[in-house]
Amino acid sequence: MSETWDVVVLGAGIVGAACARACSLRGLRTAVVESGAIGGGATAAGMGHIVVMDDSEPQLALTRYSQQLWMALSDRLPPQAEFESCGTLWVAADEEEMQEVRRKQRVYASLGVATEILDSRALREAEPHLRPEMAGALLVSSDAVLYPPCAAAWLLEEAIHFGAKLYAPRTVVSASAGHVRLDGGTELTAEHIVVACGADSVRLIPELPLRKRKGHLVITDRYPGLVRHQLVELGYLKSAHSLTTDSVAFNAQPRRTGQILIGSSRQYGAEHTAVDHAILKAMLARAQLYLPALGACSAIRVWTGFRAATPDKLPLIGPWPADETLFLATGHEGLGITTSLGTGRLVADALSGAATEIPLEPYLPVRGPIEHSSSTHPAAGGLHA
Amino acid sequence: MPDPARSITLTVNGTMVRVQPGTTVAAAILIAGGYTRTSVSGEPRAPLCGMGICFECRASIGGKLHQRSCQILCTQGMDVRTP
Amino acid sequence: MKKAFDVVVAGAGPAGIAAAVTAAAQHRRVALVDDNQRPGGQIWRSGASLPRPARVWLSRLEASAVEHLSGTRIFDHPAPGVLCAEWNETAMELHYEKLVFATGARELFLPFPGWTLPNVMGAGGLDAMVRGGLPVAGKRVVVAGTGPLLLAVAAHLAARGAKIVAICEQAPFARLAKFAAQMSRYPGKLLQGLAYRLAARHSRLYCGCWPISASGSTALESLTLRQGNRTWSVACDYLACGFHLVPNLELAELLGCRIQDGFVAVDDLQQTSVANVYCAGEPTGIGGVEMALVEGQIAGLAASGSAEAARKLIPQRRRMLGFVDALRRTCALNPELRRPAADTTLVCRCEDVPFGTLREHTSWRDAKLHTRCGMGPCQGRICGAAAEFLFGWGPDAVRPPIFPALVSSLAAESTNPNKSMEDA
Repeated sequence: MSETWDVVVLGAGIVGAACARACSLRGLRTAVVESGAIGGGATAAGMGHIVVMDDSEPQLALTRYSQQLWMALSDRLPPQAEFESCGTLWVAADEEEMQEVRRKQRVYASLGVATEILDSRALREAEPHLRPEMAGALLVSSDAVLYPPCAAAWLLEEAIHFGAKLYAPRTVVSASAGHVRLDGGTELTAEHIVVACGADSVRLIPELPLRKRKGHLVITDRYPGLVRHQLVELGYLKSAHSLTTDSVAFNAQPRRTGQILIGSSRQYGAEHTAVDHAILKAMLARAQLYLPALGACSAIRVWTGFRAATPDKLPLIGPWPADETLFLATGHEGLGITTSLGTGRLVADALSGAATEIPLEPYLPVRGPIEHSSSTHPAAGGLHA
Repeated sequence: MPDPARSITLTVNGTMVRVQPGTTVAAAILIAGGYTRTSVSGEPRAPLCGMGICFECRASIGGKLHQRSCQILCTQGMDVRTP
Repeated sequence: MKKAFDVVVAGAGPAGIAAAVTAAAQHRRVALVDDNQRPGGQIWRSGASLPRPARVWLSRLEASAVEHLSGTRIFDHPAPGVLCAEWNETAMELHYEKLVFATGARELFLPFPGWTLPNVMGAGGLDAMVRGGLPVAGKRVVVAGTGPLLLAVAAHLAARGAKIVAICEQAPFARLAKFAAQMSRYPGKLLQGLAYRLAARHSRLYCGCWPISASGSTALESLTLRQGNRTWSVACDYLACGFHLVPNLELAELLGCRIQDGFVAVDDLQQTSVANVYCAGEPTGIGGVEMALVEGQIAGLAASGSAEAARKLIPQRRRMLGFVDALRRTCALNPELRRPAADTTLVCRCEDVPFGTLREHTSWRDAKLHTRCGMGPCQGRICGAAAEFLFGWGPDAVRPPIFPALVSSLAAESTNPNKSMEDA
């Protein structure tokens, strides 16, 4: 038995769900295949920070584009998606980091992103529980947070409303040359197969330049008002971060429930989902350094997840040269929640032959080297696990 | 038998309550005529399990939030708050 | 804070006390760790009106060299031989050569309309509250659920002056009669059961009966009971309702012990599948106090290197296995107990997630992710077991912390010295 589709999306994480929604909206006959829970992979492990990031120009373009799409959608999101426009505070510990605040402000201004520089006193007023000797912060008010699994489920519901069909829980046995074979013998024929399986995409295409980058997150009981904005440290400037070693950074997020989500950590080469105690300890020590009041908060859960990381920290969006029926939408590392909507639109535009609203070239699976801004940003994008 | 000479006095939401030594804070809250917490959708709740695992007995004790009152014994002058 | 012992015993109920006292008698350095302030576990809480074995073992504990770490909650197991615990908001590292865990059991609570009202409690729950100083003299109490605990609780509450309006046992009469007949092999248990029944003799025992709804404005005022096709209402002040016990397996799972048919698998010496780790009491099978005491002694001896002495007790334990089996069969839940939950009935009490919302999901993980069920501070201890009965969903893998712990305690955790990381 074979069913024919314009597009079959593999994976119903937030990226797959966004792709399915955008394709269905565009009138493409779309199917989605998911083997587990909707939004149950990296989507469930992530922080849900909708953030404009400026590691590189293409990253800035995609995060800004996506953040605007989220803003436009925010009124329609269901309450369980917990969308909150709390804004991001990029916290500067000292004068050196304040220079980074100013640099960041200029970059964001060039894209029309309004920001505000807070001095030490203004920061204390904005976040009374931060360590008082912080130098200041950059406030990006248009950033937001949401609860990713429910956001993904809603995007998928919309896709289904516009005619998409969901195959779940079904496992993909193979996907190539316009054919997708599922467990149980179902065969789907498609003009385009969108691979949106995060780090698991290598199961289908082993040659993909993807590595798992493990992250840890901790969530507390309810302490309403303790944290008001998504807080991210700029402290990576002085630390010896690299793309190869384990690292932690301070990242705290207020949930609508009053809970506080604490990150973040990054590890390569860790394949096991178990909590790594050394990393957890370092991550929480870092968090308490910035936000001493966290120490007395009760932590309810700790979890881990795997980001799909690429060498240049940009996602892979576009046809896979070895089999042009395969269209990639993976490798979003720690920014998949933010960039899901932008990715969905790029995919739908490209597959329907329309012009994309931002250039697709920087994200094509085969591409040249990328120029990064002065520093790398391990802190943001949450650890998103 | 209750022994007034050994009794402990604490306050629950500002009201004095007198209990015997060995009384849990959860029991004191119920003796004071209250309940322990308000649920996330606004229901009044009181202890269920009595052994510290259901977290229905959470109350603020001595200014600390989310304390499991069924596992804590009353002490002289303790300040207990419930929503 | 770091403390090292030859034997760490987790859980100060009968099994844990027996293990600790026995190991200390073998001249081992022993710690007995429990969340509660007082030893005895759920069954032997509070010094008043305790049965003789309780008094005997508690005084043995008192007289022993066991270091009793009360008010101490174990939340993690970062490496073999180490447990992390929290005491008085301070993180504590407990190092052990041998570990005996006797983490006991908790009641199974089944949702029905009104079960979240104040004064609807567990059977053991109300019992513990009364032992903790809640007066029930003159109060009207319905005791419901299943298992021998109901009679014990009714007897204790009656002795404290409560008026036991009804005892509702979900098991049919024939099954109880069969159970009672089997108890002739265990005269102690039979006598105890009769004594309990006698103590609460003025209350009526209904078999094949359970509450289907509770109502009241701000607290429980009345209950609707069902027995067969008959339903009726009773006015009452408290409901003490528990559907037997489920073992506390969080620590077992964190340690990586093999679980078989819902209980920790142990050999004749109470040794689990993990080296140097023993288990005693309810986590190996719901068997009651006598069984727990024997298992505790075996584990205490085995963990002290006295395997020969431990083996002498094995026949005693074997004789009781029949009781475990009989109890399990008697307390098997009637599938009809799934019916009282209405769409609006809350299943998850931490996050207020109703039955109707959960019904749309396909697994515990799926439900957790999309409804917040089990995401509150109880970590699914209450709703997880209920969802397992209602929907047949299996539990998730256990992750640390196995009990909510302060962020500062997690940050203070022991880490593997062989592993270093570059801190940011």
